[in-house]
Order: sequence, then structure tokens, then C-alpha cells
Amino acid sequence: MRLRGERRAMVEQAISVSPNSVVIEDLTKRFGDFVAVDQINLRVRKGEVFGFLGPNGAGKSTTIRMLCGLLKPSAGRASVAGYDVSRDPEAVRQNIGYMSQKFSLYNDLTVMENLRLFAGLYSVPAKDLPGRMQWALNMANLKGQENLLTSTLPGGWKQRLALGCAVLHRPPIIFLDEPTSGVDPISRRQFWDLIHQMAQEGVTVFVTTHYMEEAEYCNRLALIFRGKIVALGTPTELKRDAMKGELLLVECQPLGGAVEALQSAPLVMDAAVFGNALHLVVADAPAAAPLVQTYLSERGIAVSRIEEIRPTLEDVFVSLTTSRNAAEARTT
Amino acid sequence: MSLTRLLAVAKKEVLHILRDSRSLSIVIIMPVTLMLLFGYGVNLDLKGLPVYVYDQDGSQQSQDLLKRFQSNEYFHIVRVVDRYSSLTRALDDGDAKMGIVIPWNFSQRLSEGGPVEVQALVDATDDNTANVLIGYAQGVMQGYSSGIEIDWLRKHGQSIQPASVSVQTRTWYNENLDSSAFIIPGVLALVMSVIGAFLTSLTIAREWERGSMEQLISTPVTAMEIMLGKLMPYFVIGMFDVAVCAWIAIGWFHVPFRGSFLTLAGSSALFMVVVLALGFFVSVIAKSQLAASQIALLITFLPAFLLSGFLFAIEQMPVALQWITRIFPARYYVSLLKQIFLKGSPAAMLTADLLPLTAFALLLALVATRSFHKRLE
Repeated sequence: MRLRGERRAMVEQAISVSPNSVVIEDLTKRFGDFVAVDQINLRVRKGEVFGFLGPNGAGKSTTIRMLCGLLKPSAGRASVAGYDVSRDPEAVRQNIGYMSQKFSLYNDLTVMENLRLFAGLYSVPAKDLPGRMQWALNMANLKGQENLLTSTLPGGWKQRLALGCAVLHRPPIIFLDEPTSGVDPISRRQFWDLIHQMAQEGVTVFVTTHYMEEAEYCNRLALIFRGKIVALGTPTELKRDAMKGELLLVECQPLGGAVEALQSAPLVMDAAVFGNALHLVVADAPAAAPLVQTYLSERGIAVSRIEEIRPTLEDVFVSLTTSRNAAEARTT
Repeated sequence: MSLTRLLAVAKKEVLHILRDSRSLSIVIIMPVTLMLLFGYGVNLDLKGLPVYVYDQDGSQQSQDLLKRFQSNEYFHIVRVVDRYSSLTRALDDGDAKMGIVIPWNFSQRLSEGGPVEVQALVDATDDNTANVLIGYAQGVMQGYSSGIEIDWLRKHGQSIQPASVSVQTRTWYNENLDSSAFIIPGVLALVMSVIGAFLTSLTIAREWERGSMEQLISTPVTAMEIMLGKLMPYFVIGMFDVAVCAWIAIGWFHVPFRGSFLTLAGSSALFMVVVLALGFFVSVIAKSQLAASQIALLITFLPAFLLSGFLFAIEQMPVALQWITRIFPARYYVSLLKQIFLKGSPAAMLTADLLPLTAFALLLALVATRSFHKRLE
């Protein structure tokens, strides 16, 4: 369920005045010499769908695990639902639902047995139990499948069951670590519908992903790269402000040769392949377009199309990470 | 401690056991198999050992001697051969454990009153059996010699009966000198080592391997609840298997049971705590099912087999090894089992074993509790 234009702006405004569900200050995690998470600062507001976007190994899971009290921060502090994650992890756990990256329910238990287990672990009161179970089964669209062994469920169903187990106790905050990895696109879409449904009920959702199109579904996003937050804002803000320059789409033949040639071209700050075309970052798109065309044809590359486009999140992400890489290369 | 959470973990663990055919077969088939294996298969009694004879003399006297061997239950004269090489061949092939060579001048030397030597060739690949054989053979020879001495004295007009001392033996506790009565009670220690340490060593490691541990510890369930919830089903299973084994021992193998079932249950519960705690601790530190199960077998099953007095008497081990046995709890439990079954000792007389076992149970329970944390590091 994609929120469009006005509706989206309204939701964002409502969120901006809500109290914070998650507060992160200078949070750092080191494993030996390796700094997995490097002094990050964040505030996630109540009822927000907050996306944590980054490549594998950027520190997404490590951050989420610290927020769930599964890893002890090396420095800095974080509070979830008002409880400090280092000092009061048990109170944090009673107030959150967590879905780890790998599917981790019990395959040898049935749907119902998994639900019952988590109801027990979260001490759901006996009088609420039947209602909650029905609610979770409805939400996960697993009615009638109660007695199936979990191992026999398709991937998307398993994810929904895992979500159902994680929210049986109606926690105010849920942490989802790449909840849709390895799930087919339709199931993925259904899963995001569920996430938004819960957000509308006031649940704060903290979700990590490396799918760019999923990032668009979030109210706010943090881009994390090598343990550091490199950009923070709504998807609209990021697309508007985080790019240093404008974007040119270039369709040409051959693509590989063009990328190589453009690395050393003047005016072009960055060049990357997107599908069957190139995205170029330039300071001034209308001025650069004819120059790029000439530059390429001089090198025997036929340009079939060149035009300015609005950046996607992927462009923003690629641009930010390559500029980081370049900066690091200069300093070392 | 929340009972709801504890029971939730325990119930889940029971479902795992019921749905896993391997666990289930270990729980049900293993105890019975071990009991039958040790009840029937392992026999430390040496009876009817095969003997070959090369009687060069072939006289009345040599036949008398051989008859003495024949009537002894420990020997069985398989064959009388007519050349030395057949005898050595039989030993080489393992057809005979002992060869007896009676020299050609046996009867002649005896009638002259001179000393005569009978050769006994013993297969000493198994030194224990060889020692026993030599002992028995000497006993038979001695009996034969003293018979001859008395005859000689009589013949020479001496009517005085020579004074003699004999030992009147009464065997206690295991009246029939039946080795199965000695072995079978100890099988319980093996069974419990497998149930307690081997099975539980898999439980925590399995959750780490499959990634379900991360989900589990993200809930409010405490480390203590996870530990107790996981161990409870195995405790019940272990005690059930003790009952099954005791029933097979008494009902099927007729091992005497003179103690009280309460003492047996109490001692077994203590040992169960020991092996469960060990298995759990190993599972926590190993984090892989393969490593955990190997370590668990190494530190519980092997000592229970070799260093507990189950098959090999501790008193006969080298002194250093005797000391080492003290650090393995199985030693105390096996000793308790033998005393409870065969001697019927009341609890008050078992403190020498009960105290160290209790100490181990407390110590290991503490170590296990301390070892497990709800953290991923």
C-alpha cells in the first residue's frame, strides 16, 4: 500500500510531533579492531515506519541487535520504548517484537504450536489468548493452516507467521531485520501492506532492507554505509537533497566502454550502470548533456538517448557510497 | 521465574523430541539395547576354555591327571593330539587357549619319586585370561600332587594323615559369582550419560545452528527459564529410562535388588542433574551440534564406561588413575548402583559416594547456569 502525495505528507506531519520510540546516541559496536557501527545518532518517532537501508555488512543487523538487547554496545547509548538497552534489556524485550534476518521459527512445530510457544514466551494472558491467536492467524492469512508443519509452508507464509509470532503480545515497537529477503515479489508486497497496517495502529516499525523499492515504502530512511549513517530523511527529502548534482540518463552502445570512458570525462562526477542505460551525476544537467554526447561519439560510442531524469533512491545511494569511497581513497 | 514461560519452553522441547525420530530412538531403543548387550554379550566369567593335550606318556597316571582337568568346569579338553606341532598350531589358530604336554617319562619319574614337569602352553594375548588360566592349572596340578604324596606315604606304611588347611569360602552379595550381576547395574550410568549429556548437548547447539536461538532470546524469557525448560523433559525421560533399566535388570536378568527404590531414585536424580548440567554446559560453549556431541560423549560416556568401576575395578587400576577416577561423577554413581542393587545398603551407609555426587551436582548446576547468557557474543 503506497501512500501517495497528500496522504503521505499528512502521515509524515503526524509522526513529526509524536514522542520518540527509539533514541540512539553515539551508538558504537566494535568486534576486535573492526568497527561495525560507528557513533550513530538517530531518533525514531512513535508510529513511524523507519527504514534502515544499506548494503550487506554495513552494520544494519548489528544495530538492530543492539536495540533488541542481543548485543552489548561498545560505546554510546540507546533507549527503546524509554528503556536503556544495556541496563534494562528485559524491559526492552517485553516491549518489542523482533524478526531476525534468518527465518528462525521452529520448522518441526506446526503453525499453531509456534504461535502458542511465543504466546507463552511473551506471557500473553490466558483470557486474551484465543483472541490474539485468531488475530495473528488472520493477519498472517494463515487461517485453516493451523495444523500444518511450519517446514511445509512457502517462504512468504513463513515470514508472515514469523511476524505474527513477533507481534502476538502487541508490542509498541517492532524490529524487522530484512524481513522479505528471499521472498517472492507478491508476498513481499503483501508483507509491506501488513507493516503499514500495523503502523496505522500506532506501532513503530524499524525495518532494515537492501531492496531500494522497499525503502520507498518507509516514512523515513537512514542510509548506512560502513557503520556510519550517510544520509537521513524521508525518501522525498533524500531524493531531493542528498544528491550532489543532477542526473542524466544515457542510452548508448557499448555500455561497458562508455562507463570506462566517462570515468575520466570532465563534468561527470559519477557514472553507473542501471539496467540497459547509464546514470551520470553532473552539476548542471542541461549544460552537460550535449558535451557528454560529443565526448562519447568522439570515442566511437553511439548515444541513442540522453535526458535529465529525477533521481531514484538507488541513485542517491550509489552517489553517496561512491563519494564516500572516493573520500576514503584520498585520505588513505 | 515465570511458570508460563518455563512451560512454554518445556512443551516446545517435548515436541522436538517427539518429532525427531533419532532422539526418540535414543530415548526408547538405546536403553534396552545397552541392557541386552551388556546382559548377554559381556561375560567376564571364564568357563570351559578350550584345551589341547599332547600326552606322550599315555599311562594310567597321565590319564588321571587329564581327568582332573576334564572335571574342572574352567577347562574343556577339546582334543588329544599326537604331535607337538599340532598343539602349537592350535594355539596359533586360536583353537586352544592352553596346551598341556605330558612328558614320555611321566609315569616312570613318578614311580621313581622324582620330580616331573608337565608343560602348559598358554595363549597370553589376553593377559587377564592367561593369568586366570595359569592359576587354575596350578590348582589342578597341586591337587594331583598332594594326592600322589598321600598315596606314597600310605604305601610306605605311614598311616598318619598329614595335617592340612583348607579355605571355606562363602561369597557374599553376588552369591553365584555371576559377572552379569556386577555389570548390569552399571549400565544405568551409561544410559543416563547418553540421555543426559549426549541428547542435551544437542539442544542448545541446535538452536544456535538453526538461528532460532536469536529469536528465542529476543523474547522476555530468562536464561534460567530456557535452561530449566529445556532440561525438564530430559530429566523426566532419564528417570523413566532408569525405571525401565532397573526393571529389565531385576525382572529379566534376575540381578538381585536388595536396596530401596527410593535410594535408587534419589541417587539417579542426583546423577541426572550432573549429566544434564554437563551436557547443557558443553552445548553452550560448543555452539555446534557435532562438536558438542563429541565433547559430551568424551567427558561422560567414556569415563562412565572405563573409569567408573563399571567393568574394570577401580582398586586394580594404577594409583594415579584411581585418583583421576575421582573427578568423574560416574564413578560415584556406579558405586552407588552396585551397593544399592547387590548389598542393599541404606542411604546412611552410602554417604562416601552420595556426598561427592551431591557436590558435583551443585557445582555443575552452578557452572551451567553461569555459562548461558542471553547475548549473541
